[in-house]
Amino acid sequence: MEHSGISVLFQGRNFVRLLGGLWTSVWIAALALLFGLLLGALIGLARTSKNKLVRAIFRIYLEFFRIVPTVVLLFLFYYILPRQFGLNWPGSVMATIAFALWVSAEFSDIVRGALISVPKVQQESGLALGLSKWQLFIYVLLPQAFQLELPATINLATRVIKTTSLLMMISVMDLINVGQQIIEANNQSHPTAVFWIYGLIFLLYFIVDYPLSLWSKKVARRKQD
Amino acid sequence: MKLKKNLMKKIVLGASLLMAGLLVLTGCGQSSSSSSSNNPSSVAAIKKRGTIKIAVFGDLPPYGWVNSQGKRVGYDVRLARQVAKDLGVKVKFVQVNANNRVDTLNANKADLVLANFTETPERKQVVDWAKPYMKVSVGVVSPKNKAITKVSQLNGKKVIVTKGTTAENYFTSKQKGVDLLKFDSKTQQFNAIKNGRGAALADDNSYLYAWVKKNPKYTVGIKHLGPNQFIAPAVKKGNKSLLNWTNKEINKLSKKGFFEKDYNQELKPYFGKEVKPTDIIINSK
Repeated sequence: MEHSGISVLFQGRNFVRLLGGLWTSVWIAALALLFGLLLGALIGLARTSKNKLVRAIFRIYLEFFRIVPTVVLLFLFYYILPRQFGLNWPGSVMATIAFALWVSAEFSDIVRGALISVPKVQQESGLALGLSKWQLFIYVLLPQAFQLELPATINLATRVIKTTSLLMMISVMDLINVGQQIIEANNQSHPTAVFWIYGLIFLLYFIVDYPLSLWSKKVARRKQD
Repeated sequence: MKLKKNLMKKIVLGASLLMAGLLVLTGCGQSSSSSSSNNPSSVAAIKKRGTIKIAVFGDLPPYGWVNSQGKRVGYDVRLARQVAKDLGVKVKFVQVNANNRVDTLNANKADLVLANFTETPERKQVVDWAKPYMKVSVGVVSPKNKAITKVSQLNGKKVIVTKGTTAENYFTSKQKGVDLLKFDSKTQQFNAIKNGRGAALADDNSYLYAWVKKNPKYTVGIKHLGPNQFIAPAVKKGNKSLLNWTNKEINKLSKKGFFEKDYNQELKPYFGKEVKPTDIIINSK
């Protein structure tokens, strides 16, 4: 009982393994964000459409991903879809797809909100200058909407990174999963290791997420000035 | 207005295409292996693939866990490596927890489960078991100075268990005169007995052997309670090919004395001298 749990962190390759777990979490989150934001931007645009049916379809899409808990999504993509379709991809790929669809749904709402809140006069001035619809979108709407949606997007990114902690449910070796392995391997000899491991995991998530949070605050402040 | 409409159409089309693409990606395996005759986990399929996917625990020493070098070790893991070696293929481990062992098989995420998987009538409905390679039963641990050696001593006393274990099951259905104090995790239950909150603690005997080794003030007064439970390899329901092969493999390994060696290397350091290999392993003829 006299062993200090902190020694477990630096035993063998434990520390490197935890960093490896963090890397898995980060790249899945990054890929999911990349694909999710691209798809979400398009869906967000479609949701400003005049066509009621189009709006309804993407509205349902948004509500589905917003309402279904992420754990359920991951189970659906990892266990149920493969059983139905005989598809067999590794957990990390399925997780990336599930997360990307979730991000796209959430982001579509952010984009829609931002596009709607660009002042009408801006659009009209653009048209008056003789810009085409595409030019208007690219040079007038997009830059202003981007400014408006940036804080919410960064917020979404931090949420995605945090949510990767659910990946252990589907056998992906993420940070939490590796931490769990180390805790259980040392539970008998170092019962206090659990505090140190979770402490380090907290710190690692904080190091990844806090700069994003700061950035979002800065952007929000700049917008107010 | 017409221009705007066209733009919208393009955007909707783009979004739909992207979504359709993702759906197709998720569904594209449909044609390749949906029929049951095309068993993706048959011995032939595994040999052709060159790897066998085996589900193991990653956090249950001494059965399946990961050491500080990041290497998978344990009693089940050693068996898994031997199985792969005898099949002449590489092994790929799929880490599971207690709750997703069945789904992992059914979703073809693993060919074989070697994760301290106890045979139960309910599980028999959803997976196929090969020959068992280990046996466990409920044991009861108590302080040495107030040792409990017979179940009758427990009447009217408090017994500590973890929810969902075979021990809880056994006492609830067979020993109604005993007061149960239920906890959510192993850590909690062992803390409870140390704090004197019950007269004894009941759990799988193998855990208890390992625990008393670190806590010499306690003893496993009752080693076997109720029927033996068997731990066996499991394959997806209907996978005859791999099931037959695994049965032969278990027989062969038993004859070679593999399980005794496995016991001595992986389990003995945890269980100590109080336990004999024959308390745990099965040597099927």
